[in-house]
Amino acid sequence: MNNWPVIADIAKDVESGKVKAVDLVKEALKRIEDASEYKAVIANIKVRSLERAGYIDEQVRTGKKIGRLAGVPFIAKDNYLAFGADTTAASNILKGFDAPYQATAIEKLEAEGAILVAKANLDAFAHGSSTENSDYFTTLNPHDKTRVPGGSSGGSGAAVILGLVPFALGSDTGGSIRLPASFCGAVGMKPTYGLVSRSGVVAMASSLDCMGPLTSNVTDAGLILDVMSGRDPLDSTTIERDYISYTKLDIGLKGKIIGVIKEYMGDGLDGNIKANIQTAINNLETAGATIKEISLPSLPLALAVYYIICPAEVSSNLSRYDGQRYGYSAKDADTLDDSYELSREKGFGAEAKRRIMIGTYVLSSGYYDAYYNKAQTVRTKLINEFQAAFKEVDFLAGPTSPSTAFKIGENTSDPLKMYLTDIMTVAANLVGVPAISVPCGTSDGLPVGLQLMAPQQKDRDLLGLAKAFEDLNT
Amino acid sequence: MAKLTQDDILKLAKLARLRLTETEINKLQGEIGEILEYVEVLQNVDIKGLMPTYQVTGLTNITRPDEVRDYGATPSDLLKNLPAREKNYIKTKRMIR
Repeated sequence: MNNWPVIADIAKDVESGKVKAVDLVKEALKRIEDASEYKAVIANIKVRSLERAGYIDEQVRTGKKIGRLAGVPFIAKDNYLAFGADTTAASNILKGFDAPYQATAIEKLEAEGAILVAKANLDAFAHGSSTENSDYFTTLNPHDKTRVPGGSSGGSGAAVILGLVPFALGSDTGGSIRLPASFCGAVGMKPTYGLVSRSGVVAMASSLDCMGPLTSNVTDAGLILDVMSGRDPLDSTTIERDYISYTKLDIGLKGKIIGVIKEYMGDGLDGNIKANIQTAINNLETAGATIKEISLPSLPLALAVYYIICPAEVSSNLSRYDGQRYGYSAKDADTLDDSYELSREKGFGAEAKRRIMIGTYVLSSGYYDAYYNKAQTVRTKLINEFQAAFKEVDFLAGPTSPSTAFKIGENTSDPLKMYLTDIMTVAANLVGVPAISVPCGTSDGLPVGLQLMAPQQKDRDLLGLAKAFEDLNT
Repeated sequence: MAKLTQDDILKLAKLARLRLTETEINKLQGEIGEILEYVEVLQNVDIKGLMPTYQVTGLTNITRPDEVRDYGATPSDLLKNLPAREKNYIKTKRMIR
């Protein structure tokens, strides 16, 4: 369990000299070692993290100001480019890749004194919902070792709940932060598209990719997002953020209208999960919020839209892995064409190949209008429905996932069944709105996640609602 | 529309620069067919009067000054991941046999 103090308090103690950054890093590294059977981590960053900690302690001794995350150890999903260990995105084709620069998000966290201690496991290139598509190994769920932690940021979710570090970074293209948060019992925040820079994160589907934190409580998620977010000249899709700090989360429930998404509460939803979500909604109502049912008729189409747009963008983004400039390169190739094909054949796993093939198909001439353009147009329809809904309500609510953590191996033989795991999370990515998964009780001993959404750029209000909900349970 | 033949799969693999084994071809033929069948549901959706959405930020024409910024990375840092190298050049296999 995560027994680290709130992040702001850890930083305060380091800043005042009460706690040494070196001891925090050593503690995190020891916890990672002790929990190795869960396989949450791909690589440790021992040398660099201890060096940085030593430097921070030295700065404290000389009376220098460090920052809001002074000495706080953290883990990043292995698709974030970072110094101190290889960046592989858990793929064979990137094994041995030594990043020449760091992701903007990592730079921003380090600038406030945070210390990266390890890289977390994921489905290779973030393609998946369970970490079973990792080219290394499957991460085990902290609550039940026979089950998956969710994905694709499964290593990050498990790391937070195992208490290895106070927070971890994930990426969310179709639910990859929220799903592991739900399956592991963590808080997982997918911010508004463009709020956090994508620079230096291995690209999956560029119009959908969002970077965000996984934490054990909402307050920490707010602080980390406050540090990570903001315009970045290296990512021209980043937006100006709102002026209110994400650490000021007191919004008050009175007068707030929460729309319960009808399409997410119907058939196919596990009975226990439905009951948990209903109780959560009732509690929010008792605490002063106004609840109403809301329908977004195109929501059942969201997954089909996603599984056209996502592979299309994936096939384009993965074309850069050609075995020539970095990553795995087939030695036995005779010509350049051979080298491309053999490097990609050996370097990509089954899921990456599947998505490249689907993406190539829906983008190929003759099919482009029928699939890709059609999907992008239905996406517009979905956006319009969300905008209409947000004229009536301040927030949307529903489950994060139709099920709790499934058994390892349960969905691996049927890709379509695995894709269905994302049915409740993909819409937020297609529409670009912020969405958060917060723990909402358990079902048969496994965590359930409540998913909350807000209009674009209302990230602070969304965190505020999540905090109010969290406070009701503590 | 969704039925894919083995030839279709081979053609796609060629476009995507993937060399697939016999087993992979058979497997992908079934799996992709199934996924395309699932997304067929979009074909009957009424989209009259709607434009496609390619990005959701509403941002247009983002520019920045064309200035040199020092990231602290040397040419050798940037070339260290090359699978094959000669001096500061990327070394590849020959283009034609």
